[in-house]
Amino acid sequence: MLAFKDKSIISLNINGDNVTVMVNPSYTLLHVLRENLGLTGTKPGCENGDCGSCTVLVDGWPIKSCLMLAVEAIGHQVITVEGLKNAPIQRSFVENWGFQCGYCTSGFLMVCHALKNIHPDADDFIIEQWLQSNLCRCTGYGEIKDAVKAVLENKI
Amino acid sequence: MGYIIGQNIIRKEAFNKVTGTAKYTDDFIATGIYHADLLVSPYAHAKIISIDISAAASAKGVKKIITGNDINVLCGPLIDDKPPLAKEKVRYHGEPVVMVVADCEQNAKAAVAKIKVNFQPLPVVNSVSDALKENAVLIHENLQQYKKNVSDVYPETGSNVCGHVKIRKGDLQKGWQESELTIESNFTLPQSDHAAMETRAAQCQIMPNGRVIVCSSTQAPFSVKEQINKTFQVPIEDIDVNVLFVGGGFGGKAAVQLEILAYIAAKAVDGHTVKIASSREKDMITTPCKIGLEAKIKIGAKKNGKIIVAEMHYNVDCGGYADIAPRIAKAIAVDCAGPYNIENISCDALSVYTNHPVATSFRGFGHTSLSFCIERMMDKLGAALNIDPIEIRMINALTEGCYSPTQVKVTLSNTGNFGECLNKLKTLINWHEGQRIVESNHLIRAKGVGCFVKTSDSPTNAISGVLLTFNSDGSINLNCGAVEIGPGMKTTAAQILAEKLKMDIGRIQVKMEVDTQTSPVHWKTVASMTTYMVGRAVISAAEDLIRQLLNGAATILRCTPEDLEIAEEKIFLKTDQKIYLTFKDIVHGFQYQNGNSIVGQIMGRGNFIMNQLSYLDKETGEGKAGPYWTPGAQAVEIEYDTIQHTYRILKAATVVDAGKVLNPKTVKGILMGGMCMGLGLGTSESFIYDAEGIVQNTSFRTYKMMRYGETPDYLIDYVETPQLDAPYGSRGLAEHGIIGIPAALANAISLAAGIDVTKLPITPEQIWQQKEGVRQ
Ligand code: FES
Ligand code: FES
Repeated sequence: MLAFKDKSIISLNINGDNVTVMVNPSYTLLHVLRENLGLTGTKPGCENGDCGSCTVLVDGWPIKSCLMLAVEAIGHQVITVEGLKNAPIQRSFVENWGFQCGYCTSGFLMVCHALKNIHPDADDFIIEQWLQSNLCRCTGYGEIKDAVKAVLENKI
Repeated sequence: MGYIIGQNIIRKEAFNKVTGTAKYTDDFIATGIYHADLLVSPYAHAKIISIDISAAASAKGVKKIITGNDINVLCGPLIDDKPPLAKEKVRYHGEPVVMVVADCEQNAKAAVAKIKVNFQPLPVVNSVSDALKENAVLIHENLQQYKKNVSDVYPETGSNVCGHVKIRKGDLQKGWQESELTIESNFTLPQSDHAAMETRAAQCQIMPNGRVIVCSSTQAPFSVKEQINKTFQVPIEDIDVNVLFVGGGFGGKAAVQLEILAYIAAKAVDGHTVKIASSREKDMITTPCKIGLEAKIKIGAKKNGKIIVAEMHYNVDCGGYADIAPRIAKAIAVDCAGPYNIENISCDALSVYTNHPVATSFRGFGHTSLSFCIERMMDKLGAALNIDPIEIRMINALTEGCYSPTQVKVTLSNTGNFGECLNKLKTLINWHEGQRIVESNHLIRAKGVGCFVKTSDSPTNAISGVLLTFNSDGSINLNCGAVEIGPGMKTTAAQILAEKLKMDIGRIQVKMEVDTQTSPVHWKTVASMTTYMVGRAVISAAEDLIRQLLNGAATILRCTPEDLEIAEEKIFLKTDQKIYLTFKDIVHGFQYQNGNSIVGQIMGRGNFIMNQLSYLDKETGEGKAGPYWTPGAQAVEIEYDTIQHTYRILKAATVVDAGKVLNPKTVKGILMGGMCMGLGLGTSESFIYDAEGIVQNTSFRTYKMMRYGETPDYLIDYVETPQLDAPYGSRGLAEHGIIGIPAALANAISLAAGIDVTKLPITPEQIWQQKEGVRQ
């Protein structure tokens, strides 16, 4: 078992890079991404696991970074929205009007991107199960549906 | 016409938003800045007996602790009734009491936990009706001593009423005498939250030369400036407010609160930059929410369905402080009859203090609540007379030549064509198949209608402006003071400019940030007025450019300006398009071959000011509140389970008179977002208080909003009756998707379940209670 006490220097793999950061054991991954690494594309919306706007990928799976401690990410591969690099889902969100204010967008992109990789044949039920983790207050989800479907159907 | 108007234009900042590079207020991570956190009231109404900050003051990293006694100001947009930090007593659950400034967020939070406040609970005013009772506990004992910042709010001394708007139109007595049928009902709507995904945040620094630099997630940077000036007597020219992208506003970020606290905090630490960001829990109750409403409506009608008289009482729950609620009450009064023509009206709209969280503007500005009441009344009237719900609305529809409740003459240009919206709605939702269809022995499919008309309630002198400058290659920079909160208004401004100059929108760069020092003043990014106000200013700025371009080119091409035309960044001779100058040749000055130069830098200035608006008469309400109305008709189709009393939402439909749809996909998105939020209000969103006025659901775990998969099929259609004074005829359209939806849902459920829905949200439990007659 790993044990951390007081400020510690840890090594994380973020967007393919190994980075070294000084953290308190209580820091969430969200906090470290934003405050230590300046990766502010990952957004806090509730810091309680309810909204999904802080979603990142950990070893390819969507994880709410407000619910994960930074030290728990040691030894795992973390991808944030900054690490997506021209993923089809990004263009799909643009072309399908998948956002307005854009605040929830990073989180939705990460969920949809992972969905496409993990369930390339996802049906409506699976899409729904996956996307219910996130909240968007601007759209009525219709365009997000179009965006994720376009990617699943390889239309983008 | 039609160069680019009516096309789907991807928002200018789209790729920044899908890469995480678009910056919001809280995204500027700087070392060395201080953080503020608040201790907030655990009581809805209590006396502050003592505050012990000793343990917190010596806690790690603490720079300053500030309590209400350290600040001697009251603030508020209409009435100065609010101490930025509670003084002597607290008036709502969540009210800021003590502010800690520390070197980091964690230390600020830790210190807050060490503060001990001794409260003595006071009797709680837990509803509007409690607040209006005779001998009710007074929430503001010194109401009459407060300074009013506007002349047209009317607080009532010795009561909990902080505003009263009256509408008196026609002859009530005559109306009642002629009525053949009266219908009366009471309605109760709860407070709820904006729940923008970005919680509110503000930051302030005071420079050694006195400049106050605020950065905040606000829809109203120019109001922030004014309120800091007014509250702390800081010279207005010294205040600079910067706004980046805003992560959703919905009216909630038009209120000024954290900015005031950030200023106080910065001032207390010698001007050092202090950031204050709300947690979700505080964003829900400490910062302002949506109004609640209690209403009592009585209408009198003829047997043919024509309503001839109405008496209405709308009592707005504004919570512990007035904020902008008296204006919401005014907005409700102005449109109190909905999209219907009623000759004789008496309406009283009160804004009422309670010990609930403070309410401020929310998408629809009171119209969603108002529409719920009126639209339920329409269905009740139709049912009583056995007239089809759409027919009864048609019979009473506001049409050209009618007069609004505040006695403004209705024209096709200023109000559009509501009747046509109803007609189109009928087709859209397949009305002819029937309104209530029994699908199986326990499933019923039903449709309900909810309509609206909405104007705005800006100050009568609200302004906007646009500045245009050229880059050396002839491309244009557009700078306006409206904030990009989500609906894509900056892109729409560019679209209007591209249309006017007949040029590629890709060559128009829009400044996304607002900086009150360099951006032209724009009243506030609210009220669905941005495209109208900014759009008018864009057109005026473009005309300014055109004038200069034509004059300059005429000299160079040796003709008169009238001989020339502009398109595709060229100024050419009408008679021979091969003779032309490009923008690039002239916009930074034209140079002759020998080096001589003329024309100079061309810049466009455009402005807009509301015209013809007037204050409402105190006794009758006569006057003009807004420049135009946007009407619409909506419907919701549900499937109701008669055993479980649960329901599924199958379809939601909207037909709105848009005047002209400028950017179809963007407009559709805004409407769907509004409809989705309206379904949230209808089905689940509501603050739940306990008997002591404590809000029980302050997180997204307990405050439920619509999620992916819960939404219906959206059906949207438009009527396009041009608004003559609007950019390309386009009527204001942003909030409207939400307005009639809760009413439409309530009408569908009332019909399906055979109950009378008078409250929101509509839960299976509520239906069951009504069906089974269980006492609440
Ligand atoms: S911030 Fe992590 S789920 Fe909301
Ligand atoms: S786009 Fe604003 S919250 Fe989703």
